Amino acid sequence: MIFHHLILRVVTKILVGTIILFALYVQFHGDFSPGGGFQAGVIMAVAFIIYGIVFGLTAVKKVFPEWVVHKTLAFGVLIYAGTGIATMFLGYDFLDYDAFSPAHPTVGQHWGLLVIEFGVGVTVTGVMVAIYYAFAGRPPSISDEDW
Amino acid sequence: MADTAVVAEHTLRTFKDHLPVLQVLVPFCTAPLIVLLGSRRLAWPLAFIASATALVISIMLMWEVREGGYVAYTLGGWAPPLGIEYRVDAANAFVLLLISAIGTVVLPYAYISIKDEIKARDHTLMYACWMLCFTGLLGMVVTGDAFNVFVFLEISSLSTYVLVAQGAGRDRRALTAAYDYLIMGTIGATFFVIGLGMLYMATGTLNMADLADRIADQGANRTVRSGFAFIIVGMGLKVAMFPLHLWLPKAYTFAPSAVTVFLSATATKAAIYVVMRFTFSIYNPDFSFTNNTLEIIFAPLAIIAMFSASFVAVFQTNFKRMLAYSSVAQVGYILLGISLLTETGLTAAILHMFNHGITKALLFMGVGAYVLRSGGAFYTQIAGLGRKMPITSGAVVIGGLSLIGVPGTAGFISKWILVQAALERAPDNAMFLAIAVAIVLSSLLAVVYVWRAFEVLFLQEPDPNSTATEAPLMMLVPMWIMAGACIWFGFSTEHLYEFAAQAAQGLLDGSQGMMISTGQGGAH
Repeated sequence: MIFHHLILRVVTKILVGTIILFALYVQFHGDFSPGGGFQAGVIMAVAFIIYGIVFGLTAVKKVFPEWVVHKTLAFGVLIYAGTGIATMFLGYDFLDYDAFSPAHPTVGQHWGLLVIEFGVGVTVTGVMVAIYYAFAGRPPSISDEDW
Repeated sequence: MADTAVVAEHTLRTFKDHLPVLQVLVPFCTAPLIVLLGSRRLAWPLAFIASATALVISIMLMWEVREGGYVAYTLGGWAPPLGIEYRVDAANAFVLLLISAIGTVVLPYAYISIKDEIKARDHTLMYACWMLCFTGLLGMVVTGDAFNVFVFLEISSLSTYVLVAQGAGRDRRALTAAYDYLIMGTIGATFFVIGLGMLYMATGTLNMADLADRIADQGANRTVRSGFAFIIVGMGLKVAMFPLHLWLPKAYTFAPSAVTVFLSATATKAAIYVVMRFTFSIYNPDFSFTNNTLEIIFAPLAIIAMFSASFVAVFQTNFKRMLAYSSVAQVGYILLGISLLTETGLTAAILHMFNHGITKALLFMGVGAYVLRSGGAFYTQIAGLGRKMPITSGAVVIGGLSLIGVPGTAGFISKWILVQAALERAPDNAMFLAIAVAIVLSSLLAVVYVWRAFEVLFLQEPDPNSTATEAPLMMLVPMWIMAGACIWFGFSTEHLYEFAAQAAQGLLDGSQGMMISTGQGGAH
């Protein structure tokens, strides 16, 4: 069993780390080059999905358990909304990033976007992995009357 | 480079300025918070606090716009028409109040009902979905950006499908009901967004006020007209306008009781508001095609709905399903009010939206209480429960009377004004006399189906083996709050009427009523 698809396994192990690194690059370099939260989130999720395809669902669920996935996708939304709430406490409109640096609005916008894009990335990662789990797996427990 | 640009003076926003966005933001943040905490015990209190906060905010907003005018809010500080704008005037403040009040009153009731009907492990996610649905409905109403309406429509719809499907624990047919609703709802949303696309093509803007302005400037052309058709059909599906209502009876029948209460009183109402906003504010009501749509399509369909759905309701054997068909009929009255194209007609429509909301919420709550105690809503199952559950049934009687439109209840007021609105136009066109008669006649059908339910509840012998007892206090209190509201608004009409009239006036001012705001938040 362990020797099946040896090449795939080795290549996957090498690739997974690189994919995650690339996802982080797309995420945090997104304001200077093409990219941003959505793309980065999908790329990040791909790292987990490819790991799941090659090593099996149980293996990937050890790395990224289902309950963590659910918390992750909720947490990303809160990061996004929380940024908006922070600007409100600073006396600006919801999501008006000027608040973070009133004297230099561009700097403020930059910071604000970086944070909300991180929130988007976190949620998209969670959602993509959750969709993969839902397709690949079965409901966690099936009671008799469900059938 | 921009660091050297001159920074505009910024006046700090206060809590009051933030009200329009807080209306949506509070329930919106609660949903992921519930998932993140993942605690079954915390989910309900959080949801309740969020709903109650939303209610307080909507009351404050209503207070601010009580004398006309509007409150605008720019998201992210981007000035409209480029940025997204939230805008609250009399019309949507009224709907916001309805949605958040129903949401707040229903939640204590839902606590027990959901515990009984849904598996415990689903409760947390269920309340998260509830909050998302609540957010979506509030958002649809509060926003002043046409595309934003679509975004919130999707938020509310997607969570609604999940909520309806939760009924599967009790009856597996909830899954097909939710699936039907999903297909129909998605088609509706697609049509709506196609319509918006056409508007965007013709005008290059999505801000409602700007849209209204530009459509008025360029007049009617084919793109604008077909955009209108798509928007009305798309929203018509969500409203359950007569031939597009097929999803509604199933979804309402098989959804968990508490979900049905919430949806029946809010979901179709928010969609009706969007129809009103598009027909009256964005499209100029003076356009001949808007006029024609209302007179040739809305009015006949509304009358058919009033009769056919009431007629079908008479022959139902399930209390919940009967009420669902009655909802289709009641939507007919609201659309009829809109189609009269007068201030009185629109006032009647807005009032009926509110009154039917509280009446139907009350009746569905009653059904939920019977389901809790007897296990089902079929007439055979609830026979004679009126004697075993007198306090619940007392509230149901008040709801039933209000549904018929008996004087002294909320339902009477709106139907009365609707008849008046029809008679107002009768001197120029005898058709409207017939419409007024139709309103009265279809109310007689309501007498029949409501009486049938009363007969089952009070006159039939209860099952001797039935162990049904009075519903718990946590369900009775919300029911009697609604019952009290039905009676209160049946007697004390001035405030509600004045506010509805103000809303109708604002809507009928058409594009003039939606001046483009200067981009500054706060009251104008």
